[in-house]
Amino acid sequence: MLVTEEVCRLQEVKVLSPTAILGYGFPDASFQRGLSMQPDAIAVDAGSTDPGPHYLGSGKSFTDRLAVKRDLLRMIEAALAQRIPLLIGSAGGAGAKPHLDWCAEIIAECLTELGQTAQVAIIAADQDVGDILHALHEQRISPLGPVFPLTEAHITESTHVVAQMGTEPILQALDAGAEIILAGRCYDPAVFAAVPIRAGLPESLALHMGKILECAAIAATPGSGSDCMLGVIDQDGFVLEPMNPDRSCTVTSVAAHTLYEKSDPRFLPGPGGVLDLSECQFQALDGRRVRVSGTTFQADATYRVKLEGARQVGFRTISIAGVRSPDFIASLDAILETTRSAVFANFEDIDPADATLLFHCYGRDGVMGPLEPKRDAVPHEIGLVIEVTAQTQALADTLCAFARSTLLHLGYPGRQSTAGNLAFPYSPSDVALGSVFAFSLYHLMQVDDPLAPFPIEYRLMGDLHEIG
Amino acid sequence: MRLADLAKVIRSKNAGPFELTFDVLFDSEEAYVRVVDSGRLRADHFAAIYGIAPGDVLSVVEFAPALAIKITIRRALGSGDLGETDVYGAQQHAPLLDVEIP
Repeated sequence: MLVTEEVCRLQEVKVLSPTAILGYGFPDASFQRGLSMQPDAIAVDAGSTDPGPHYLGSGKSFTDRLAVKRDLLRMIEAALAQRIPLLIGSAGGAGAKPHLDWCAEIIAECLTELGQTAQVAIIAADQDVGDILHALHEQRISPLGPVFPLTEAHITESTHVVAQMGTEPILQALDAGAEIILAGRCYDPAVFAAVPIRAGLPESLALHMGKILECAAIAATPGSGSDCMLGVIDQDGFVLEPMNPDRSCTVTSVAAHTLYEKSDPRFLPGPGGVLDLSECQFQALDGRRVRVSGTTFQADATYRVKLEGARQVGFRTISIAGVRSPDFIASLDAILETTRSAVFANFEDIDPADATLLFHCYGRDGVMGPLEPKRDAVPHEIGLVIEVTAQTQALADTLCAFARSTLLHLGYPGRQSTAGNLAFPYSPSDVALGSVFAFSLYHLMQVDDPLAPFPIEYRLMGDLHEIG
Repeated sequence: MRLADLAKVIRSKNAGPFELTFDVLFDSEEAYVRVVDSGRLRADHFAAIYGIAPGDVLSVVEFAPALAIKITIRRALGSGDLGETDVYGAQQHAPLLDVEIP
């Protein structure tokens, strides 16, 4: 059972990253090539805040179940066959309990289908509202970047709050002999760094390697989020090699990747400290492999974890339509304002504070909003999205329908096309989108013990009647 | 010369839900140095391109190991907040293409 004992005290550790996000897939040939390199661990990251607050708020995964199962079947089979640990970070994308349960169920199905059993460590990342309020009152919570000031309401109204774990809970699960580690919300590099750290290799290099491996072959050229990358780490550096012979790591591709989705490529803060890349060296070993060295890690005086939370702000209904009339486009802003006034005048019992009516004008500034420098250019057509977010779905439906019908038939000065103002691609024209969430926490919380917020449950999973 | 003709990559993306980060990557040191020396991507110029307050430009980092310039700004809205136009922040780069570099 203690498969990971073999990993201890190695001079060199190999970590295979099959794909950038669990469920994004990978070519079998690349994966087989990775396995032939005798990796010491397979690790995969599943998480991101990129798809927005909906997934954390609703408890749904942003990756598809069938695609996740396809990836997991291959990884579980390979990890058990090679007696190496499989580590999965930020289950289900957002890494809260519903995501963890969802992914655990898929793992159980895979094990049963493979006729295998495995010791699975499930590490929760959900945080208790009472604990966070307590931390707020003790002033142990600070904003992370240009975020709103935190109030008690942000905390109590959140449907899920998670913290990003560091490597500590994962190391504990490895020590306990887990063959599969399923982590809730997790610092992306942690699942890649844990096995090298446990083998006595430098935390700084292990985390930096994890920063790159978590995106799999995105750091190669041509890059891909759906292909395998191998990281080989020793005491002085690590080497990256894409497992698909059609891809290469170059100094530029690897160095450029350190910029990706970060605000500063030199200093990368994470749980417990900051990775410092300012003295980093990137060296091409050959046409396809790059060696990275010189990364350092500065531990913080107090250990802090990142909190993420989302709360429901209403329900949304949208309607999509196009406009081709030059006179309508010339008067667009005035027409939209007239429509807005007509909607709220018709439903005078509805407090405008309980509903938000927005118009997205594609062709003008639909993509960039207030950042658009060419807003005054006059297009020949406009793609319009009418959007209402309100306290109930019924109210959102009502207001969106009324805005749509008002706009369709609105008379405006100089109107020549009097039959209708909008071109609808669909019938029905309106779509109820359901619950709308917003990020309610994106803050740092000081903790005394990096393990305490992340309880670990061990489960023997899979084909249980095999072992009676 | 336009920045689009000097840079290999010009892209934008969220750096967390409250920041938007722009990367301009070069494949020649000459082009990188030319753009750095021009100062056209420094905070005050960048703010003018996007019509934002210079204080909303959080950092401009010239990162020679990757021949890269990275600019990070405050997001006007948290990602996915009401009024969002680009949840991933991946299509906010276009005004940089036309920046004239002497």
